[in-house]
Amino acid sequence: MSEQKTPVAERHPSPASSHSAPGGRTSGRNLLHGSGARSLGLVIALAALVAIGLITSGERFLAVENILTILRHASIIGVISIGITFVITAGGIDLSVGSVMGLTTVVASLASVQLAATQSTWLVMVLVALLVGGIAGLVNGVIIAYGNVVAFIATLAMLVAARGLAELISGRRTLIVNNTDFLDFMRADFLGVPVLVWIFALVAAAGWFLLNRTTFGRRTVAIGGNIEASRLAGVKVKRHLVYLYVLAGLAAGIAGLMMMGRTTAGTSTHGLLYELDAIAAVVVGGTLLIGGRGTIMGTVLGVLIFSTLTNVFTQNNMDTSVQALAKGLIIVVAVLLQQRFAARNERRATAKPLKV
Amino acid sequence: MSEQDQASPLLEVRGLSKRFAAVQALKGVDLDVRAGEVHCVMGQNGAGKSTLIKTLSGAHRPEEGEILWEGRAVEFDSPAAALELGIATMYQELDVVGGLTVAENIFLGHERATGGVLHVKRANAAARSLLQRLGHGGLSPSREVGSLSAANQQIVSMARALSRDTKLIIMDEPSAILDSGEVQNLFRVIRELTAQGIAVVYISHRLEEIRQIGDRISVIKDGRSTASGLHVTETPKAELIRLMTGREVANVFPPRAPLAADAPVALEVDGLELKGHFEPVSFTVRAGEILGLAGLVGSQRSEIIETIYGARKATAGRVCVNGKRLTPGSVSAAVGAGLGLSPEERKSQGLILDEPLYRNVTLSTFGRFARAGLLDESAERQAARAQIDALELRPADPNRPARALSGGNQQKILLARWLVHGTPVLLLDEPTRGVDVGARAEIYTLIRRLAAGGTAIIVISSEIEEVLGLADRVLVIDDGRVLAESDANEIDEHGVLDLVMKGSAA
Repeated sequence: MSEQKTPVAERHPSPASSHSAPGGRTSGRNLLHGSGARSLGLVIALAALVAIGLITSGERFLAVENILTILRHASIIGVISIGITFVITAGGIDLSVGSVMGLTTVVASLASVQLAATQSTWLVMVLVALLVGGIAGLVNGVIIAYGNVVAFIATLAMLVAARGLAELISGRRTLIVNNTDFLDFMRADFLGVPVLVWIFALVAAAGWFLLNRTTFGRRTVAIGGNIEASRLAGVKVKRHLVYLYVLAGLAAGIAGLMMMGRTTAGTSTHGLLYELDAIAAVVVGGTLLIGGRGTIMGTVLGVLIFSTLTNVFTQNNMDTSVQALAKGLIIVVAVLLQQRFAARNERRATAKPLKV
Repeated sequence: MSEQDQASPLLEVRGLSKRFAAVQALKGVDLDVRAGEVHCVMGQNGAGKSTLIKTLSGAHRPEEGEILWEGRAVEFDSPAAALELGIATMYQELDVVGGLTVAENIFLGHERATGGVLHVKRANAAARSLLQRLGHGGLSPSREVGSLSAANQQIVSMARALSRDTKLIIMDEPSAILDSGEVQNLFRVIRELTAQGIAVVYISHRLEEIRQIGDRISVIKDGRSTASGLHVTETPKAELIRLMTGREVANVFPPRAPLAADAPVALEVDGLELKGHFEPVSFTVRAGEILGLAGLVGSQRSEIIETIYGARKATAGRVCVNGKRLTPGSVSAAVGAGLGLSPEERKSQGLILDEPLYRNVTLSTFGRFARAGLLDESAERQAARAQIDALELRPADPNRPARALSGGNQQKILLARWLVHGTPVLLLDEPTRGVDVGARAEIYTLIRRLAAGGTAIIVISSEIEEVLGLADRVLVIDDGRVLAESDANEIDEHGVLDLVMKGSAA
């Protein structure tokens, strides 16, 4: 029986902890045995990439400067990925995050917004970006939850529409961000680490907490696991779906601000195809595309794997086409491995094989 | 049947063993099936019936034991190989493709075609003759299967089994999705099959059915044969229950406690209507009372309680819980006011199969274990644990995924959910579907105990006997209308069926 219990204990907090210490702490174990164990494969993959980087570029690869480059590169797509991890965990999808991010950069860089920011505080720009992202998410969520439109279609429509709106507003021109307070903040280092990376870390930590420690996270997982059972148990499913898309929109807004900081510009072309990179990172990280299981740690590792890969290729001046090919391979291999793992896990847990 | 006794068996199984990881699912099963007989296999949930079926259908390969087919030792390692021999299996979950036609489903995997081009007319004609063989010549081969009733989909599944040169059909609880009339039809079809020399291995929980259709019975318990090839007519019911459970089950339904004369009305349904489904219904349930809704499948009884619960939005009427009117069409309002539903489809409507047991138990209440949205999982786990222990859920490990539990224990999860909630009104839709005999008795006792504690309960069951045995009062329902209301003591199964037959005629 002990053999049989092992995978279950890996998946969920160990039963022993709940027996011996009913009021005690299970969180540490949860972290190690739960998503931690699942993420082991990802850590190994990341380590392999680092090893390749070391072999091909030597010391240069491990230089602090280069590591910060990798992290900075990961930060923007990382924030977007954390947002859609929630949507995907609940069994949804958001294809619009990339273009919504583009839209937020345009609106937050408008002359009038920057003027208002100069007259009061640069936080006006932050507020505007979050508002734009949040409203786009709200529209997505209401159409999906109350209009009963399939998430794929609703957010595909938003992908197209938000890009169009961004082009209309900007007149297809690049808007320069010249609010020095804003740029100073976004381009600063704190304790030797760029603010962009700090933002990513904070968003990831907040996301982990929200998904694993709150009723919001529990509802998200429950809806993804079985939307009908959740509804019949009294969970306010529609309202929660709206919250989830708003959350993804807010993450796109934060990512937009980071993008403006990094490029000192707002343009409708920002965030092109980011939704696909983000979905790839989430899925490689181990979040199930059909919902019911989500891992923030996995998403972070997924993002890091892709940005390290890019870095390795750039360091060696290799063709970006080969890089795209490698990315595709990684996605397929990661998902294949996860399915194997999931199948084995389930088989052991239920002591019955999958339907043949 | 006496001449069959001398016949050599079509299928003989000796000492079959199968192991999954650490679990020994089968530890020596013997079975012999003769041509033209209905051989029933009985056993509680988890006894190993499913594993046995899957081994015989080629989905699993056994570790030990032998399988003789027409006297020859055989080994098959795929469902295709079993089909090749002439063994077809009808699984409990219908395995038809809704978007394809009847004929396309029947010949799925061995289409009538030349070089990949389908012969639609020829397939339809062949399908028609197969359906005629099953006494369902009226079923059009070009009809889309998704539009058929569950009973007719089952006929399609059976026709598919026959479309190959099948000598043995394994039926895994074929009656689970049927109402009483449809079950009789299924039996007629099975008799026609056996008259043609085809053997049927029939798996069921329902003793009465086995008495009607079976020739011989084999019983398995904990992966082992406890009896093999008993004659149905010579084996008393009590003996079968003893073989399955290892104990005597005398009186399945616990005695009713008398309802207090001043028990307050807990649930009041007034003129509730859902157009296209049921006419206005009005009734009340008092605290501590069990109201049964008796009716056949399709009588709209599930729709009635789903509308009470707010899962469907009523077109008229109102529902009050303890005098407080509910918002129509809002499940969360109903739950908040004190209604709980244990839905008909446990797996698809009730449980999150991959989530741990305790989270399934607290699905309606986890918000209570949170302060400012922050979950206190140890308090949550403790509350779940208390109910897991009280209901004797097995396995009792709160971290097991709900998927790993048997039907009876999954049902207990749903009861535990509402026990944690402390809801004053419970709606139970088919609380014992797919639950074995032993666990059934436990669930009956539990429901009775809840009522004795003051919970108002509505019970729905396809088994009229169950509704009558469990409820204090019964509403007989047919085609979305309440035909009669009666004290459960004053009506019997015949009375209910009589009403339904008359009601349909009118």
